[in-house]
Amino acid sequence: MAQVLLRNLFKRFDKTVAVNNLSLEIKDREFMVLVGPSGCGKTTALRMIAGLEEVSDGDILIGERVVNNVSPKDRDIAMVFQNYALYPHMTVFENMAFGLKLRKVPKADIQKRVTDAAALLGIEVLLQRRPGQLSGGQRQRVALGRAIVREPQVFLMDEPLSNLDAKLRVQTRAELIKLHRRLGITTVYVTHDQVEAMTMGDRIAVMQGGVLQQCAPPMEIYQHPVNMFVAGFIGTPSMNFLKATLNKSGDGYSIDCGAFTVSAPAAQAGKLDAYVGKPVIFGVRPADIFDKSLKNPIEAIEGNIVRTQVDVSEPMGDIITLYLTAGIHSLVATVDAETQAKDGQALDVLFDLAKTHLFDPETEQAIY
Amino acid sequence: MRPQRRTSLSRALIVILLLVSAVVALTPLVWLVAATTKGPDDLFHYTFFAPRFSAQNYHDLFTKVPFLRYLTNSLFVTGATVIVQLFFSSLAGFALAKYEFVGKKVVMVIMLTTLLIPGQVVMAPLYEQLYHLGLVDTRLGLIIPGAVSVFGIFLFRQSILQVPDELLQAARLDGCSEFRIYWDIVMPVTRPMIGAFCLISFMAAWNNFLWPQILLHHDDKFTLPIALNQMIGIYGNQYGMLMAGTLVSVLPVAILFLVLQREFVAGLTAGAVKG
Repeated sequence: MAQVLLRNLFKRFDKTVAVNNLSLEIKDREFMVLVGPSGCGKTTALRMIAGLEEVSDGDILIGERVVNNVSPKDRDIAMVFQNYALYPHMTVFENMAFGLKLRKVPKADIQKRVTDAAALLGIEVLLQRRPGQLSGGQRQRVALGRAIVREPQVFLMDEPLSNLDAKLRVQTRAELIKLHRRLGITTVYVTHDQVEAMTMGDRIAVMQGGVLQQCAPPMEIYQHPVNMFVAGFIGTPSMNFLKATLNKSGDGYSIDCGAFTVSAPAAQAGKLDAYVGKPVIFGVRPADIFDKSLKNPIEAIEGNIVRTQVDVSEPMGDIITLYLTAGIHSLVATVDAETQAKDGQALDVLFDLAKTHLFDPETEQAIY
Repeated sequence: MRPQRRTSLSRALIVILLLVSAVVALTPLVWLVAATTKGPDDLFHYTFFAPRFSAQNYHDLFTKVPFLRYLTNSLFVTGATVIVQLFFSSLAGFALAKYEFVGKKVVMVIMLTTLLIPGQVVMAPLYEQLYHLGLVDTRLGLIIPGAVSVFGIFLFRQSILQVPDELLQAARLDGCSEFRIYWDIVMPVTRPMIGAFCLISFMAAWNNFLWPQILLHHDDKFTLPIALNQMIGIYGNQYGMLMAGTLVSVLPVAILFLVLQREFVAGLTAGAVKG
C-alpha cells in the first residue's frame, strides 16, 4: 500500500493544457475519485500516474518514490480500463495470469492468486472462457481480477462502470466499494458520473479545464461547494442558480431575486457586508425546496416562502420533480410524492435557507 | 408471383449459375488430374479419365528429372520468404500503426509510392546489387529482395490500427516489453490478417518465375516454375509427365488455401462490419 502524491502536475499537448498545476495527496488506502466533465483532464491525470502519458511538468510520487521516469510496469500499479482491455485471444485465467507470468512468479503461486481472486469476484466458472464469450459485467470482473492478482500498491480505474447497463452499474458500484474495504488498496478512480463519485469516494477531486476545483469528502463537496461549477456539477438535478441582489434589511440581509425575496441565513452574516447592494448568484438545491402544503422538516417563516407556478411535474416514484417558474426564474424542485401540485397551477414552496448558497457572479466563488 | 415463390426461383437461378461457374472453373483441373493418370497412348484417346490407371508419369517425374530437389528448393525459398516477409511486414506495420515518430508520414508516403513502380523496372539495378553482394545464383538472392513487402506493411498497418490502444497499454502495465507486446498481443489479435497475408505471400513467392529465372543459373537451385519451363524444352512431348509436374506444383497452394481459407476471408473482410 502507498500514498500517491501529485505535485504541481502539468500536461501540455501542443498549445492545450490538459492538466494545469494539479496538486493532490491521495492517502494510503484511500478511495479517491477524480470527477469532472469530458475533457477536464481527469483521465490524463490518471494516465500520468499510470505512466501512459509523460509528465510535462511537476512530480508524481508513489510511496516515497518519484516515478516520473519510471516505466509503467515498474510503478507497482494496476489499471482497469473503460473498455476492460482484456486480451481477446487468451482465456480468463491467462488474462489474469499474464502479468504474473511476465514477472516470473512461480506457477503454483500464479495458480493460487488467480483462483483466489476469481473466488473473490465469483468468476471461478469463467476461468477457461475467452473474453468474447463473456457478458459486459463478467468482463468487468475479469478486468478487476487481472488488477487484483497483481497485488499492486495502487489501483487506477478509468471509468470502469461506464460500459455497464444502469442496474449492473449500481450493483457493481457497491461491490467495488466492498472490495476496496476488504483489500484496502489505495485507489484512484476516474468518472464523469457524479453519482458514482458521491457514493464511492472517500474523497472527491472535482476537475474542470485541467484545474482542480475542490477536493473534499463527498458530503462536504455537496454541502459546501467552493464555486458555482462544483455546486452545479455535484448533485442531481443540478443546483438552481438565480441572479439576485443582496440587501441589508434591519438586522439581517435579504436576497432580492426580483420576483421574490428571501432572507440570508443569519449564521452567514459576517461574510455578507462586502456584497450589500451588489449583484450575487443565489443557489438552492432542488432537494432543499419543499411544498408548503405538506409536512416539512422546516417551518414556513417570513423570508422563505416563494410563490411559483408549476410548469411540468415528473413523478419518479418516491419523489416528484417539479419544474417551476417564479417571475423570470426557472426552478427545479424534488418534492415528496404526496404533493398535490398540478401542471399550470400555483404552488407555494419553502426554501431551506440554512442550506442555500450565495456566489460572487464575477469570480463564481462561493460567498457561503 | 408470391414473394416466397420468387425467392425460391431466384435461389434456384443462383445455384444453377454457381454450378455452371464451378464446372467451368474445375474442368481444367479435372482434366489435369486425369491427364496425369493416363499412359502416353491413352492421353489423347480419352478426354478425361482412361479405364487404365497409370502412375508412370509420376514415376518419370521423380526419376528422369530431380523433381524432388526442385520441390524442396521451392518449399525452402517460399517458406523462408513468407516467414521473413511476415515478420518484417507485421513489425513495420505495427510501428507505423501504433507509434509516433518524426517522419512517420514521409515514410508512409515514400513506401506507398514504391507500390506504383513495376517490379520489372527494378530488376536490373537489383541484379547488379546482388551481383556485388555475391548473391547471384543463390537461394538467399531470392529471399532477401522479398524480405520486405510494402503491400504487406500497409496491410498490417491497416489491420493493427484496429487493435485498441488500451490493449497495448494494459500489456505495458502487465510488464510487456514493446517486442513482447508485438509478439504476444498484436500478432495473435491480427491472426486473420496473418492467414490472408501468408496465402498472398506464399502464392506470389511460389509462382515467382521471372526473378528466379534471371538470378539462378544452375539447375540444382531451380524452383518449380523454372524447372517446369525447362522441362517443356527437354520433355516437350511427354505431356503426362509435364501435367504431373504441374499438378504437384499446384498442390501446395491449393492445400494452403484450404487450410487458411476461413482466415483468408476473415482477413479480407476485417473491419468491414462492426465487431
